[in-house]
Amino acid sequence: MDIIEYINLVFTDYTLRTITLGTAILGAVTGMLGSFAVLRKQSLLGDAISHAALPGIAIAFLITGAKDSNVLLLGALISGLIGTFWIRGIITKTHLKSDTALGLILSLFFGFGMLLLTFIQKQPNANQAGLDKYLFGQAATLVESDVWMMAIVTGICLIILLLFWKEFKMLLFDADFTKTLGFNTKTIDILITSFIVLAIVLGLQTVGVVLMSAMLLAPAAAARQWTNSLGKMVFLAAVFGALSGVFGTAVSATQNNLSTGPVIVIIASVFVLVSFIFSPSRGLLFKQIRFLKNRRDLKLNKTLAFMYRIAETHENISHPHTIKILNNFQGFTKGTLQKLVHKNYVILEGNMWSLTKKGFKAASNLYNQQQENNE
Amino acid sequence: MNRQIAVKVDDLTVAYNYKPVLWDIDLEIPEGVLMAIVGPNGAGKSTLIKSVLGILKPIAGSVSIYGKPYDKQRQKVAYVPQKGSVDWDFPTTALDVVMMGTYGSLGWIKRPKQREKKLALEALEKVGMLPFKNRQISQLSGGQQQRIFLARALVQNASIYFMDEPFQGVDATTEIAIINILKELRKAGKTVIVVHHDLQTVPEYFDWVTFLNVKKIATGPVKDIFNDDNLTKTYGINYKVSIQE
Repeated sequence: MDIIEYINLVFTDYTLRTITLGTAILGAVTGMLGSFAVLRKQSLLGDAISHAALPGIAIAFLITGAKDSNVLLLGALISGLIGTFWIRGIITKTHLKSDTALGLILSLFFGFGMLLLTFIQKQPNANQAGLDKYLFGQAATLVESDVWMMAIVTGICLIILLLFWKEFKMLLFDADFTKTLGFNTKTIDILITSFIVLAIVLGLQTVGVVLMSAMLLAPAAAARQWTNSLGKMVFLAAVFGALSGVFGTAVSATQNNLSTGPVIVIIASVFVLVSFIFSPSRGLLFKQIRFLKNRRDLKLNKTLAFMYRIAETHENISHPHTIKILNNFQGFTKGTLQKLVHKNYVILEGNMWSLTKKGFKAASNLYNQQQENNE
Repeated sequence: MNRQIAVKVDDLTVAYNYKPVLWDIDLEIPEGVLMAIVGPNGAGKSTLIKSVLGILKPIAGSVSIYGKPYDKQRQKVAYVPQKGSVDWDFPTTALDVVMMGTYGSLGWIKRPKQREKKLALEALEKVGMLPFKNRQISQLSGGQQQRIFLARALVQNASIYFMDEPFQGVDATTEIAIINILKELRKAGKTVIVVHHDLQTVPEYFDWVTFLNVKKIATGPVKDIFNDDNLTKTYGINYKVSIQE
């Protein structure tokens, strides 16, 4: 199938359109909210919440005996919220650090959830098959109403974000200061956290308990590399998340036997990898290039400065000197000399060198700059 | 001289776990002083400020600002936290941080507008950071970050300023710039309360001082109570400080 054919299919095929839209919206909302989790250094919060949602799904099934996805996700929402507030409680009431609290709740709830799932599987009820799809997600089960649900939650989330933008930003940067201004930091905190829980629960059906946290982290981590503005970061994270959804769906739809959730997560990770390497200000590649360039410049400048000190003792600055003199200078190599010739700073004649006017000027500027820096 | 009391602390006791960090503190800070809070590490200096500002909950005692509870007087109070208490890699600019000083008077939901931006730019100018207004905050030096924090407090246009170690990790130039701003605040009739570590500079910078080591050791004018006796009581070692006249 070629690309145009596929794009055509996205718009005409019901299932493909639903899944593409669903994963794109999901990626956008988790990317957006994930930025807040990452900046609060609560990257693992998403992991804990998604795992904490599992017993809720199982209990909702045990109570209703039906596999209606809305009912199951309501169960997931309740147990996710309980897990989250227990985490908060542990952090504020005890002296345990947040990573410990997250780990505790994650394993406790997940263990309990798995226990309930195995219990359900032993039940003589044909209905229970397929509950385990919440572990790894199954995008194919998305229907139009699920997508509507995601769109509505995303819309509300966007409105809340815009309304309380200033409060969110200040709380993320400096919680104590926010408190002294009279803002109820608990309210703001609960608002953010509740939306993170909601977004995660919505994604369980598609991506699953185990991989859901990647949807929260990866787009945000990638976006952080490209900008130093919170607004742009949240926007970029939403875009990266949505693109991960679209491309992930495309890859899994065009290949056989590739489950959508994991593919989306892998695409999101590719965004992270590319951002880590190629971001102009924070990326590894440009950092290395800047480092090498600085080192090369320094070598060149040191040689030039050495020549300048010799040349300035003569009345005629272009008076030729023997290359041997330069051997006394440690940083000197033939390569640097060639580069200086190339820049028209130096003229070579036989085994003599002389500074050009341009070279002399550049070297004296170097000296002045140095002095300015020292002052 | 009979000055109004700006900050009054009664029987304040704060504890982490079971260990008291502040024990039964009574303190009256008169209006218009530039006061240093001094004491050894773990004496509860930051805790005192944080409890007055309602960031920490005391187990006993009360605080009043100009005779009323702090909740009713927030607009009169500004706060400069310790520089190390926030993540300076946060994606935002110097101007944006200073603007946060206006958020308190704006209240919920309302966005900062031109007026708030103007106030923030003025404050940046005052601390000599105007050329850096669009700089990402992680690209500022420690001293510059401290000035940004100070500017954010100036924007609050308060009557009382609480500052937690504003001189920590700044160079001599910044220290002088900051102390000049604090002295200007005092001249304008503001009350400035500073957690301070460098005992040598106390007589030069401040006119009022509180010695603290879990309990309050002494409080009053620097010229009356800043002496070897109180220093020894506070730091527990025989302390000799040469007071410069």
